[in-house]
Amino acid sequence: MNDSIIKTLGVAFTICLICSFVVSSTAVSLRDMQNENKANDKRMKILQAAGIFDSNKDIKAQFESLEPKYIDFNSGKLLTGPSLDEFLAQHKGDYDQIAATRYSDYSKSLSTAEDIAIIKNRENVGKFYLLRNEDNSINKVILPVRGYGLWGTLFGYISIENDFNTVAGLEFYEHKETPGLGAEVDNPKWKALWPGKQLYKNNEVALEVIKGKVPEGDTNLAYKVDGLSGATITSRGVTNMIKFWFSDSGYANLFSELDYES
Amino acid sequence: MSLSRYKEALYKPLIDENPITLQILGICSALAVTNNLTVTLVMCVALTSVCSFSNLFISLIRNHIPSSIRIIVQMTIIASLVIVVDELLKAYDYETSKKLSVFVGLIITNCIVMGRAEAFAMKEKPLLSFFDGLGNGLGYSVILIGVAAIRELFGAGTLMGYEILPLVSNGGWYMANNLLLLPPSSFIIIGLFIWAIRSYKPAQVEEDDFALSKHKTNEDLTKRELNV
Repeated sequence: MNDSIIKTLGVAFTICLICSFVVSSTAVSLRDMQNENKANDKRMKILQAAGIFDSNKDIKAQFESLEPKYIDFNSGKLLTGPSLDEFLAQHKGDYDQIAATRYSDYSKSLSTAEDIAIIKNRENVGKFYLLRNEDNSINKVILPVRGYGLWGTLFGYISIENDFNTVAGLEFYEHKETPGLGAEVDNPKWKALWPGKQLYKNNEVALEVIKGKVPEGDTNLAYKVDGLSGATITSRGVTNMIKFWFSDSGYANLFSELDYES
Repeated sequence: MSLSRYKEALYKPLIDENPITLQILGICSALAVTNNLTVTLVMCVALTSVCSFSNLFISLIRNHIPSSIRIIVQMTIIASLVIVVDELLKAYDYETSKKLSVFVGLIITNCIVMGRAEAFAMKEKPLLSFFDGLGNGLGYSVILIGVAAIRELFGAGTLMGYEILPLVSNGGWYMANNLLLLPPSSFIIIGLFIWAIRSYKPAQVEEDDFALSKHKTNEDLTKRELNV
C-alpha cells in the first residue's frame, strides 16, 4: 500500500510542506537577530580598518567614536548644513549605500570605460567615517570600497591617514572568493602588508597589488603590495577597486575638501 | 523494551561502534573543522542534534515512507534540520558560524547522519532511534574533540583560545608545529586513534581482503618445483 502512486505523491507533498514551513518560519523569526549580527560584524570591520578595535568592549559603543560623513560623488563635495539634513530626512537617518545602488534615483550607472572595478552602479552619496584626535583634528578617514573579484564583489573598508595618501588599514566584510586562494584577502598576514603604502604618485593612483612578491629594494616599494598566490584575478580585482575608488569618480576630490575642513 | 537497549544505543557508538574509527564515516568534516577546539565543539553540537532529531523524525514516519522515495524523504528531513541549525547558529553564534562557513551546510552530506537514518531509524522505534542518533553524534564528537585538542594545543599553543603553551613568537618557549594546523595532520591523528582503539579492542580489526602467503625460500621448494 505504501508504494501506491497516490501514497507516494501524498507523502512527498506532505513532507515538503511541513519542511518548508519549518525552514521558512525559522528563517523569518531569526532574521532580525541575524541582521543585527551582520551589522555588528560590519561595524567591527570598520573599527578594525581604523585600527581601534578592542574585543573586550561593546562594539556599538566603540562605533560611536567614529563620525559618519556623507559625500556627494557627482560633485565631489561633502554634504553639509541643509542639504545634509534634507538627505538624512529622506533616508530617515538610516542610509544604506549598497541598497541605494539598486535605485536609479540614488545611483548612477557607470559606463564600461569608467567602471574598472565592475560595480555597475555607483551610489550618488557615499557614507564614510572620520576618526578624530582629541583636539578635533582628523586622525583617519575610513572609506567604503568594493570591487569585483573572481566569484563576486568584495566589500570592504580602507582607512587612510590624515595625509590623505598613506593607507592605515584594509578590511573586507563580505566576499565570495575561493577559500585558501582568493579568500586570503582576509589573511591577517596579507592585510598587514597594507599599512604604510602610498595611494598617489604624481596625482595618479599608483598603488597596486602586483603578481608575486615585491622585490626587496624596489624603488616603488610604497606603491606595491605582494600578490595573493593562486589568486591572480582576485588580486587584480583589489587593484581595480583601489584604482576606481581613489579616482575622480570616487574619493579623489574628497581629500581636498577634508584638508580644507581640518 | 528494556532500558538496556537504550543504553546500548547510546553507549555503543562511543568506542565499540564509533562512526569515525570503526566505520570510517564523516572524515571530511573531521579534517576540516578540527584546527580550533571552539569551532569543533559547535560543529559537534550541530551534527549531534541533526543526527538525533533526523533519526527521531524519520523513525516517526518510517511506516509511511514509500520505499521508492525513501532516500529523498530522508534527505529532505535532514536538509531541513541542517538549515534550521545553520540559521540558529547565524543568529546566536555568528562568529563561529562564519568560521564553519560551508561545513554546517555539508552536514547534509555527512555519511553518519544518512547512514543512521537508513540503517537504524527506518527499522526501529522513535525514541530508540533518537538515542542511537545521539550516541553516534557523541561518538563523532569524542573523536573530533580529541583531534581538535591535539591540533590546537600543539599547533597553536592554545585551547579554546586560551594560551597553554606560550609561543616563541609571543616571548614564550614553545615552537608551534604548523603541520598540525593543516588538514593532513588530522588524517595522521585519526589514524593513530584507530590504531590505539583497535589494539585495545582487537575485535575491531578487520580481516585482510587477501591473505598474504608466506615467503618461500629455495629450501622450501620441492625439487619438482625447481624443475631439476
